[in-house]
Amino acid sequence: MSVQELEKIFQDRIDSEIRIEPRDWMPDAYRKTLIRQISQHAHSEIVGMLPEANWITRAPSLRRKATLIAKVQDEAGHGLYLYSAAETLNISREEMIAQLHSGKAKYSSIFNYPTLTWADMGAIGWLVDGAAIMNQVPLCRASYGPYARAMVRICKEESFHQRQGFEILLTLSRGSADQRRMCQDAINRWWWPSVMMFGPNDESSPHSAQSMAWKIKRFSNDELRQRFVDICAEQVKLLGMTLPDPELSWNEEKQHYDFGAIDWDEFWNVVNGNGPCNKERLAARVQAHEDGAWVREAALAYAGKKRQEKDAA
Amino acid sequence: MQTRQALIDYTLHLADNALILGHRNSEWTGHGPILEQDIALSNIALDLIGQARLFYQYAALLINKTPAADPTSPLNHGTAVTEDSLAYLRDAWDFKNCLLCEQTNGDWGKTVLRQFYFSAYQFYLYGEMQKGKDATLAAIAEKALKEVTYHLRWSSEWVIRLGDGTAESHARMEKAVGELSRLTAELFLPAQYERSLAEAGLAVDLLPLRSRWEQRVREVFEMATLSGGAGMLTGGKEGRHTEHLGYLLAEMQFLQRAYPGCEW
Repeated sequence: MSVQELEKIFQDRIDSEIRIEPRDWMPDAYRKTLIRQISQHAHSEIVGMLPEANWITRAPSLRRKATLIAKVQDEAGHGLYLYSAAETLNISREEMIAQLHSGKAKYSSIFNYPTLTWADMGAIGWLVDGAAIMNQVPLCRASYGPYARAMVRICKEESFHQRQGFEILLTLSRGSADQRRMCQDAINRWWWPSVMMFGPNDESSPHSAQSMAWKIKRFSNDELRQRFVDICAEQVKLLGMTLPDPELSWNEEKQHYDFGAIDWDEFWNVVNGNGPCNKERLAARVQAHEDGAWVREAALAYAGKKRQEKDAA
Repeated sequence: MQTRQALIDYTLHLADNALILGHRNSEWTGHGPILEQDIALSNIALDLIGQARLFYQYAALLINKTPAADPTSPLNHGTAVTEDSLAYLRDAWDFKNCLLCEQTNGDWGKTVLRQFYFSAYQFYLYGEMQKGKDATLAAIAEKALKEVTYHLRWSSEWVIRLGDGTAESHARMEKAVGELSRLTAELFLPAQYERSLAEAGLAVDLLPLRSRWEQRVREVFEMATLSGGAGMLTGGKEGRHTEHLGYLLAEMQFLQRAYPGCEW
């Protein structure tokens, strides 16, 4: 069969909403796009453990400590499902991790911001996980089967995390003056980076059109961003806090919130490695990997010995 | 009344052991050598903190029923004692955890060895405690034993794998044994509160546990091709700690200390 015919069959399956599975023929560009996106997503889960793990040892109650450990552990689990999904596309976890450590593969820029107070655990849950869910729920219907199935599990846990985050902020918002200050400060710092999580505006999003045609992506960056702003603008009222955007206002005609201009210079600055914690986050990952090298070598050596003993027996 | 105080101290000792080791393990979260093992150790941290909470809740219940012995204690300022006031508002000298639990993580080898020593101890301890006369402690032990059985298996496997892995991993494990083994005698050396309760069947008699624990360690070390260590350092159960605990508490208790009296 010619490539054109294979491509036609492939696109017909996509158009009739039939999932693509690992053994199916797929265009090389589709495979590459998925590897890029899924590994980037997996790396985001793994790097994303760091800003929250930063507060595990300082969590203010035993319940919060346990919940935070469980949450960060869930993120490690998400990383695992996603690395496994990407591995079905013929790339190994080791290769993906090497790409992360060399800087070739990206991860979500949001994790390059620091977690400075306990309230950041709430703001990350509410805003960062909230934005992630907005992006990820449509991915449960992504055309590639293993990715879509991983996303179903991930989304269930993410929405739980989001509620926990909001509840942390709600508790702070009903607390002392210091706690309310902490709450507002965290919202102020996390709001714009969260709005930027949806990526560049539609007119400057290079991969979007093809991903839409392949049904990896279902909604545009700006559509999802608008939905996120609309929801948060209402929820922030429950906290008695404000979003740091003087231009935020309800537009009766559009039935949406208008919001201020995004600072794309900041966005690209962080994407290009110059955010507040880019170097620290990557260094922490590289360090964990290097410090663990002797452990992985020993585990391999031991497994090898056991195999030999078994073969000899 | 004396028995009540001993029971409170004993319960706090059990809680402090679980919290401090759980806290140490949680320092690894996000930094483990292999993703699957990062998850496994975080899971053990969660189990231990869960056990600590049950013991603290029980201790709080006992304390709240007891007339304040020391009116100047920060735990006795009018409001009821809670699991969090016990964890976050006591200073190092009131913590009754074994010294082993508070040791710094070091490398992965030291961490898994610390876990192995302690899980083996908890395994036999809870096995007896679930048959004890105090119904609450027995119930907690029964629940926790399922978790500890897994911790013991996991940590034994790692001690064996690293001990019998490469020359480097073997050397690192020998070094860890050298650092930690002197802290294991304390596990079986009963404090005053353990002695008085053991007579009444309310606490586990530690002496018979020791040989079972030693037997288990010998078996695992044999498979791991490791030699045992020597020396003895004690005091944690009575509130005399190593320098490490103060820093751990300073970090752990920071928010509760900096913003007193808040809901979180």
